[in-house]
Amino acid sequence: MLFDELFKIFSRSKSTKDVARDRLKLVLVHDRAGVSPQFLDKVKNEIIKVISDYMDIDKRELDIQLTSTKNDSGDGVVPALVANIPIRKVKNIKQFDKIPNANAKEKIKSG
Amino acid sequence: MAEVIVITSGKGGVGKTTTTANLGAGLAMNGQRVLLIDTDIGLRNLDVVLGLENRIVYDLVDVVEGTCRARQAMIKDKRYNSLYLLPAAQTRDKTAVSPEQMNKLCCDIDSEFDYILIDCPAGIEQGFKNAISAAKRAIVVTTPEVSAVRDADRIIGLLEANDLKNPKLLINRLRIDMVKRGDMMTIDDIVDILAVELIGVVPDDEKIVVSTNRGEPVVADKRSSSGQAYGNVTKRIMGEDIPLLDLDEQDSFFNKLKRIFGLKVT
Repeated sequence: MLFDELFKIFSRSKSTKDVARDRLKLVLVHDRAGVSPQFLDKVKNEIIKVISDYMDIDKRELDIQLTSTKNDSGDGVVPALVANIPIRKVKNIKQFDKIPNANAKEKIKSG
Repeated sequence: MAEVIVITSGKGGVGKTTTTANLGAGLAMNGQRVLLIDTDIGLRNLDVVLGLENRIVYDLVDVVEGTCRARQAMIKDKRYNSLYLLPAAQTRDKTAVSPEQMNKLCCDIDSEFDYILIDCPAGIEQGFKNAISAAKRAIVVTTPEVSAVRDADRIIGLLEANDLKNPKLLINRLRIDMVKRGDMMTIDDIVDILAVELIGVVPDDEKIVVSTNRGEPVVADKRSSSGQAYGNVTKRIMGEDIPLLDLDEQDSFFNKLKRIFGLKVT
């Protein structure tokens, strides 16, 4: 499936109407949500901050975008935040598993 | 009581005025009493599209300012007895009228018509606010281009925020040959993106230019594809359940003609 997506993106045979539709969908998500790229950048940095406490992530490959998805009843479209975050290494997972309040402790330590 | 419908689009040049003229004429052809109000103050055009530009004495601004009565400013159409036009002022700007005044005007003349169609100016400023203030229904006109669809989406949001729920979509200037090549968004693409109900699709048609040259709405020409399409939209406004025009059939007809003349078929 991923290959299919990649193939679509790189193939020259994609019709211009598909290009139009996809561009339009993306621009409308931003229009409808009233979200600026700066706002998205802020969200991205906050997410990095939180996740970095638990995992070692590849910040350069990180990709966060607003798209749209069908709502639960399937008759409308709602905005969705899609994040693709490549993980290099999970930090001390055992510590978090065993001690219920490790989370809080860890934060105090690092803070 | 008249049904007040605003024809709007956000983007300019997608065919709001042509649509207003044709739907008005179409409704009048079906025996309805129709008033068309041009709210594009400063850039009026509905009068020339209808061929009534030489008959204007008073305009919308004269009526709201009390210079004349609404009846005096209304121009009776040349062809259809039950079709009237209330033209916009050409030498003023959008601020010459307020939403409250539009509302009052429509309430005052409400009982004299079955339909009042309001031709909205492009944009989302004062002119737009004036145009939608009295409307109970809305038709959003778009063309199959990214810019027009984007603006239509914005307009749909603004209409819903102003309590004009369930606006209907009219896709104008569709070119079936380009859709088939994959070079134009399909009806489904656009409806899917905008998530509103479709009221009709009008194909791109040279006859529109020809009829506008003469100042005659194309809806009277039943042989033209655009005329038929507008006729169908008219019936849908009146509540009839009419299937979409089979544009495919018409395309193959033109392709057949092209083959006869030895032209390349796309």
